[in-house]
Amino acid sequence: MWLFILRRVASTVPVMLIVAVVIFAMLRLTPGDPAVVIAGDQATAEQIARIRASLGLDLPIHEQFVTWIVHILQGDLGTSIFTNMPVSTLIGQRLEPTMMLTLTTVIFSVSVAVPLGVWAAWRAGTWTDRLIMMFSVLGFSFPVFVLGYLLIYQFGLTLKWLPTQGYKSPFTDPLGFASTIVMPTITLGMIYIALVTRITRASVLEVLGEDYIRTARAKGQVERKVLFRHALKNAAVPIATIIGIGIALLIGGAVVTETVFNIPGLGRLVVDAILRRDYPIIQGLILVFSFTYIIINMLIDIAYTMLDPRIRY
Amino acid sequence: MSLTASPSPVADRPSRGRALMDLFRHNPLMMLSAVILLVLVLAALFAPYLGTVDPRKIGVLRRMAPPSAQAWFGGDQLGRDLWTRALYGARVSLMVGSVVAVMSISIGLLIGMVSGYLRAFDAVIMRIMDGLMSIPGILLAIGLVSVSGASFLTVTVAIMIPEIPRVVRLVRSIVLTVREEPYVEAAIAVGTPVPLILWRHILPNCVPPLIVQATYVAASAMLTEALLSFLGAGTPPEIPSWGNMMAEGRIVFPIAPWIVLIPGCTLAVAILAVNVLGDGLRDRLDPKIAKRM
Repeated sequence: MWLFILRRVASTVPVMLIVAVVIFAMLRLTPGDPAVVIAGDQATAEQIARIRASLGLDLPIHEQFVTWIVHILQGDLGTSIFTNMPVSTLIGQRLEPTMMLTLTTVIFSVSVAVPLGVWAAWRAGTWTDRLIMMFSVLGFSFPVFVLGYLLIYQFGLTLKWLPTQGYKSPFTDPLGFASTIVMPTITLGMIYIALVTRITRASVLEVLGEDYIRTARAKGQVERKVLFRHALKNAAVPIATIIGIGIALLIGGAVVTETVFNIPGLGRLVVDAILRRDYPIIQGLILVFSFTYIIINMLIDIAYTMLDPRIRY
Repeated sequence: MSLTASPSPVADRPSRGRALMDLFRHNPLMMLSAVILLVLVLAALFAPYLGTVDPRKIGVLRRMAPPSAQAWFGGDQLGRDLWTRALYGARVSLMVGSVVAVMSISIGLLIGMVSGYLRAFDAVIMRIMDGLMSIPGILLAIGLVSVSGASFLTVTVAIMIPEIPRVVRLVRSIVLTVREEPYVEAAIAVGTPVPLILWRHILPNCVPPLIVQATYVAASAMLTEALLSFLGAGTPPEIPSWGNMMAEGRIVFPIAPWIVLIPGCTLAVAILAVNVLGDGLRDRLDPKIAKRM
């Protein structure tokens, strides 16, 4: 067991290293001079030189790489060109809203999607199933921001039920938090619900054909218990996996959702950085988001290996 | 067993055209999607002749005008005609969708076949793909656009790169299954050169799932292009695209919601149509996956 955990943790190191190399290469191997692009059209030669020096682009490439990796390991993600503040500090300031939004979205989506998927599998082939699956295709296709604006239009502007912009911290203003987080959560959750519903339906459907389901029904087990205790429990691994993989969708979606609802989180940090051509921030955030994604998926892997005795390691 | 006497199952199969027609007849939603896409393609092609004006022309009277008989989709806050801009925006969206689909499928196919068939490269290629897949696609694209400057080409490449690993994985998994088939072993036994095996035996098995995958890539690329443009890291603002239109209308949304909602809903319908088409093709071309999904 401990050996497995150790191996799984170790296996993330090469992936993280490759992510670091890709992000490093992005700036250095792009055709043209990135310093000129980042500096913008109206930049003077000095400004370009300053950006080149601050990004370390004037050093030999292997030296750049070693310094960069050493800095990352020390928690130094570089310095913002625009504000001159360390990127890690800026990320720390904006972390809370994004984490809260992601958390509410995962909780909301999973608690909607899993029962929906089980229901669709139970009613496979009927109109209920088809309706749920159609909703899932719709959820996949509906762009996050379009849904966000439709919700703002309907519930914010027309019915005036909910505030349309901003974010309140749950620690200082729980009620304000609840009212501002509802629409962003639904917006961001849509595609995630679609994904998890689809996988839940597929894996439960597969399990429902097993002998032990027939046995459970034959002994007179209540249908609800057959579905949730016997079927869902045995179908849990692919569902847990997709919940982890879907985090990547959430990260991309959070950037957009925060822009639509004007939430001062990491997504807004990215968008502001794009407008100000503040490349170190963009680079730092890509790194942080990717590493978070890798670590979450590692934890999920470890969790279900420990919980599911069928998986040997 | 005589080869001539038994009726060949191949001969009884309806022609490809017939099969396609049947597919559409049995699936009205798919038919509808195909029609919607056809209309969009025609609208994009003939944009200058469909009651449009210059997409950059500013008309003071059209400024934030709601949809009306004169301006069908209304005007934006600068007074540009939204009907015109929506049609020209279709050009960008469909172009990005199809170019990214074709390019990422071709590149992914090549890498996937090499990785699946030549064991020596497999580990290295797959680790690189794992790394690429760990970076959220939109962020990778934002990063690529911000170091190379926004143009149609850079945006297309930036959207394409995050799509490639998924294609590589799909192709590799097919190759790994197919290479164990007796006919491939036979080909190896008689000394067929590797490129010929890949071309004649492996490639045909990859085509049906890749056609399905291409539709999903196209839908995802259209979505990413709009997202990037909306966030300010996509198609340059002087080119009308659905994402740009939404970004520009964002500030005036409470007073002129149609500026955002019209391109947004057009985008949603277009992506939905591509996805429904893909699902229909999947059910037909790839019954094994269809059953599982």
